[in-house]
Amino acid sequence: MSAAGGRTTALHEPTGERIERTTPEGIPVRFQIATGGDRVGAFLVDFVLMMLSLLALGLLVQLAGGGAWLQALLMLLAFVVQHGYFIWFELRWQGATPGKRRLGLRVIDGRGGALGADAVVVRNLTRTLEFFLPLGVVLAPEAIWPGSPPWVRGVASLWVLIVALLPLFNRHRLRVGDLLGGTLVVVAPKTVLLADQGAVRAPKAAATFTFTDAQLDVYGIYELQVLEELLRHSDGRDAHQKLGAVYRKIRAKIGNPPLKGVVVEPERYLRDFYAALRARLEGRMLLGKRKADKHG
Amino acid sequence: MAALRLRSVEFRRERQASWRELEKLVERVEKRGMTALGAEELSRLPILYREALSSLGVARAISLDRNVVEYLESLAGRAFLCVYGTKTRPWHALRDFFAGRFPAAVRRARWALLLAAAFLVLGTLTAFALTLDDPDRFYAFIPEEMAQGRTPTTPREELRDALYDEERAADRLAAFSSLLFTHNSRVGLLAFGLGFLAGLPSFLLLFWNGLTLGALAAVFHRSGLSPDLWGWLLPHGVTELLAVVLCGGAGLLLARGLIFPGLHGRRASLAVAGREAGLIVVGAVCMLLLAGLIEGIFRQTVLDIVVRYGVALATLLFWAAYFARAGRGRR
Repeated sequence: MSAAGGRTTALHEPTGERIERTTPEGIPVRFQIATGGDRVGAFLVDFVLMMLSLLALGLLVQLAGGGAWLQALLMLLAFVVQHGYFIWFELRWQGATPGKRRLGLRVIDGRGGALGADAVVVRNLTRTLEFFLPLGVVLAPEAIWPGSPPWVRGVASLWVLIVALLPLFNRHRLRVGDLLGGTLVVVAPKTVLLADQGAVRAPKAAATFTFTDAQLDVYGIYELQVLEELLRHSDGRDAHQKLGAVYRKIRAKIGNPPLKGVVVEPERYLRDFYAALRARLEGRMLLGKRKADKHG
Repeated sequence: MAALRLRSVEFRRERQASWRELEKLVERVEKRGMTALGAEELSRLPILYREALSSLGVARAISLDRNVVEYLESLAGRAFLCVYGTKTRPWHALRDFFAGRFPAAVRRARWALLLAAAFLVLGTLTAFALTLDDPDRFYAFIPEEMAQGRTPTTPREELRDALYDEERAADRLAAFSSLLFTHNSRVGLLAFGLGFLAGLPSFLLLFWNGLTLGALAAVFHRSGLSPDLWGWLLPHGVTELLAVVLCGGAGLLLARGLIFPGLHGRRASLAVAGREAGLIVVGAVCMLLLAGLIEGIFRQTVLDIVVRYGVALATLLFWAAYFARAGRGRR
């Protein structure tokens, strides 16, 4: 398990971080909003790539020397690179750029529809305004506005700061371009299908232990899934002690104390208990009774 | 025994082959794009995607295996991004854009554009009248270092020469037009983006552009060079001013989306307005590119005033016809 959270507390993740979008098929799909740090990282990667290509163009201009037509062409190319880089990649790579791909991010349509070319273009057009132009003013005010008074620099810095920090002030980490394009940047989902704990058991073995409904009704879904996590890692370090501790706790709690003189392997007991509990809870769920946890 | 009774285990056993198949396809699309899939696989993708979605719906209802639900959620999300990601190819998008979407967006935004144009004209007239009245006011509109020797004190002959300048070597023109284009596009993007601040900066920018124009016009008018100035300005100016108006108008669209969100809430309305305005700005940037080419190449090489006015008229007719007619038959 990767981004979805390997910890057992994943059931109670902060609600602001996840959004649900109903697909055109009518089934809601959940996405995780990309964090500010990932966004900055992706942007830096893209920025460096872009600067490198601009630098290469610049070198070409130098080499081209006197050829004015070539120079003009290269200047134009530089403009195209600066404004077209993000648009081109997000169109070709379905909402990802080299930086976003590296960091595992994707651009999606904010309302769950198809990500249109308009949205991609708009969200990237504003980059000039959000970043490149003010950055230029901060670094080299003379080049952009000859004879500009010194306070312009301060205003530009403030502008960069406000616009750059805007994503931190809203739940969905939207920058101006996202607002105008109606887009969201999410973590590209990636979860691996693991073995079904309800089906994992030695081939010959049927359930050794049986439980009464009253014993199973002690626990709910939350506990079941904590147990699922535990069983998944049953060959990890000090898993044996953990299994033992949980085993004793469960037996005590459901009023099924171990018999004297019978040696029970905790993992086996727990696997049987997991299967029985899941059958019980899933059966009740079909009837519309969802028992969230042991308190429910 | 218990394991076999579990519906959710059965459910998974029946369906997981199709999940795996989808996962493989999605992985390839993520790595190498849609073109990585053959025709057969391409037709499988939406079917598998819908199967995964239905599995997700079922799994949410019957399965308590958290990994399965999470896996399906992530798979459905990834497949969703493949199926509903951008599917337009850049070149097709470009063609659609110029043949229909751009002129249509301009037609839809005509009121905002008229307003923007009005502000530009207002700025021009204001500066023109004020500078004509008192030439010293020129410096209030155009700083001396920006004027490039075209000030109220410049003798008539020099002003005239500035309009019919053959001195510039032809090989400098190309670079010059490139520079003009990048500069103008920046201003255009600024006018659009600043609409985000409720449109006030867009108004100011339009007005300010008009002031510069008006002040310059007044200087030449006093020397009796008005026809020559406009002949010099309009061949590219028609396209350029139109583009500036488009950018400013796009900014005003944003402002309208922000100030009067209508039924759908501010964020949704801003997104709608943003896309609409974005269409216009992209088109305007392309127009600025054309204007830069005309300005850099044509203006310095063609000196006959009749030809200059002819070209200006031709561009005007072209844009009028384009925005009035292009793409009308579609949709």
